[in-house]
Amino acid sequence: MTIPTPEPRQRRWRVSWSRQRISGLLWQIAVVGIAIAVVGWLWSNALHNLSARRISTGFAFLGREAGMPIADSWLAYSPKDPYIRAFIVGIVNTLRVAVIGIVLATVLGTGVGIARLSANWLLSRLAAVYVEVLRDIPLLLQLLFWYVLMQGLPAARSAWKPVDGVYLSNRGLVLPSVPIGEGNLWVIGAMAVGLMALYALRRRLIARQMADGRRRPTWPYALVLLVGWPALVSWGLGVSWSIALPELRGFNFVGGLTLAPEYFALLIALVTYTSAFIAEIVRSGIQAVDKGQWDAAKALGLHRGFVLRHIVLPQALRVIIPPMTSQYLNLTKNSSLAVAVGYQDIVSIANTTLNQTGQAIEAIALIMLVFLTISLGISLFMNWYNARIALVER
Amino acid sequence: MTMVMDTPANRPPPGRSQYRRTVAGRSIGWLRANLFASISSTVISLLLIFGLARALIGLVRWGLWNAIWTVTGDQTGACRAIHGLGACWAVIPEKFRFILFGTYPFDQQWRPAFATLTFVALFFLSSRRSFWGRKLVLVWAGVLVLIGVLMWGGIFGLPFVSQDRWGGLPVTLILATSGLAFGFPLGIVVALGRRSRLPAIRSLCVLYVELIRGVPLISLLFMASVMFPLFLPDGVNIDKLLRAQVAFALYAGAYLAEVIRGGLQAVPLGQHDAADALGLSYWKKNGLVILPQAIGHVIPPLVNTFIAFFKDTSLVLIIGIFDLLTTAKTSIIDPAWQSFSVEVYLFVSLIYFAFCFSMSRYSRHLEAQARSR
Repeated sequence: MTIPTPEPRQRRWRVSWSRQRISGLLWQIAVVGIAIAVVGWLWSNALHNLSARRISTGFAFLGREAGMPIADSWLAYSPKDPYIRAFIVGIVNTLRVAVIGIVLATVLGTGVGIARLSANWLLSRLAAVYVEVLRDIPLLLQLLFWYVLMQGLPAARSAWKPVDGVYLSNRGLVLPSVPIGEGNLWVIGAMAVGLMALYALRRRLIARQMADGRRRPTWPYALVLLVGWPALVSWGLGVSWSIALPELRGFNFVGGLTLAPEYFALLIALVTYTSAFIAEIVRSGIQAVDKGQWDAAKALGLHRGFVLRHIVLPQALRVIIPPMTSQYLNLTKNSSLAVAVGYQDIVSIANTTLNQTGQAIEAIALIMLVFLTISLGISLFMNWYNARIALVER
Repeated sequence: MTMVMDTPANRPPPGRSQYRRTVAGRSIGWLRANLFASISSTVISLLLIFGLARALIGLVRWGLWNAIWTVTGDQTGACRAIHGLGACWAVIPEKFRFILFGTYPFDQQWRPAFATLTFVALFFLSSRRSFWGRKLVLVWAGVLVLIGVLMWGGIFGLPFVSQDRWGGLPVTLILATSGLAFGFPLGIVVALGRRSRLPAIRSLCVLYVELIRGVPLISLLFMASVMFPLFLPDGVNIDKLLRAQVAFALYAGAYLAEVIRGGLQAVPLGQHDAADALGLSYWKKNGLVILPQAIGHVIPPLVNTFIAFFKDTSLVLIIGIFDLLTTAKTSIIDPAWQSFSVEVYLFVSLIYFAFCFSMSRYSRHLEAQARSR
């Protein structure tokens, strides 16, 4: 406020300003004081109760033998391992569901979102029904439903076999796999290097196209860098790429890659549920792009798919990314529903630990720490991506 | 890409004029325009029609043709004989009282039924624009008291029913409604706190919101069920349902605070200046000028938050509170009915769907209204 005021008024104004300041200070002191008092009271109660119930505190239990079996683990684990190992297995299991779930949900959700805008009446109606049904039923109910369906599948002996080497039974989904040795890892590494080289090369090609307007195809380079170069490495090192087909022995499958029914049900539930939300985000993102962009691109004689991929979607992405980030976070947090079907993710393992040791505070603190870290990681990555694709304003 | 985008420029021309004369002609025109406009569209339509027909035939065969609607007592032999080929809908009339009301005394179940209807009436009233305002707060307070009287009893000649006998749909509705009723004021205070000029208050609010939103709801519920009792002094014991309600209120508060904060940001700064110029105090300024506008801006997202919240109440299954989903899951523990969970889950899905779908329709209606204004 820069209105010139007479001398006495200005003094009064200054006095009232400082009064405001003092009241602000008092408010803060009061609120923080109350918060500290409440937390302190709760804490002293907790210490009292813990000692009365002979529950130890601190994270020393992490080094003790866990004694809990974990059925589905990608890491070597036995019940004799310490709790810390069990927690790491749980974190890997959470990430295994979350990362694969995010990728699949994005693909499926984008497809459904585009289908909802299709001019084909039947396709767009079906997509709408898909979205509406999946969004309006609790995820936990859907998860239980999928799990029950999974348990209702035939036994391993009479497994349903759509293609050779793929079996679907109440033991889960069994797929052929490629055993990964050291040599295979070298080849995969070579392919990654090729991918990076291709990326750098493509940027240079685009820069040169910008300069002289001549189009240079990327695919021959891609063929060399992504297929030829890894093949050469593989041949040079003499790496074998045998495919291990699963085989029914007794009551279970041997070889191949098994997705346990718990994992499979959780993955399906998370992917379908989240894809319904992603579909809505993608649809509204595409609709947010000005209709004139379609008309202009059409007037230039561009192909419809090309317009969608190169003109509409890049602009829609700017609207899509922020809500998409919160869906990814939701999917990750929702993966904790695993405990309801007995898939041993971090929450389930922390819960078992809690029941075994009684150390509720530590177990829940670990869950929170893990999820806060994952959430922060996803947020940082998405913010970086968002900044990269953001509209460069003049 | 075979998708054809639904923009005016791309929409195929309407059916030729000669088709428009008869009903049959009009429908042929419609089919041509909407299902068989191009080769790719025709292929998609035919594939979808084929797939849909197969799925529908399968569903009708399972759900209607081969289904068994009644059995006497627990004689489910006939049902088990056709398991997988036909549905056993007999499980629903057998178990629906338990699914809806849990272990509430059987002869008193009109009380939870009446409470459920009261909730539905409350939601309906809250959706009327003419009721928005201070009146609604009184209505909510009155209804919550009425529901408490109905469910607990102990006065007006109603026998007392303790909380651990409650179950089913009323518990789901109580969790959702009370969580919202306590979370909403909390959300308003926290949203204001996050925009406060006072750094200590602002950081406390940011800490609360980010902490709650960063962790899964299950960990909050675990906290309420196993950690919370540790934090209370000796001899104080709070009922499990109440503890879950506290967790839900804290959870809802954090999410609602973010929605309301969005609304606060949409109120022009001039409104603040004008209220200051009138000499209104902080609380009067926000209560009479800023908040009514801010909340008006965010009613559709508030409804969406409520839908999410309603679905999330089902997570209490994991800590063993008897909400609708838990009673459904428990009702099929009975050995005679064990293998008919699909039927029961479908029945419960329908109830959840009815609530959520009507709310999402309502939210969309509000959005359309806001756009046309």
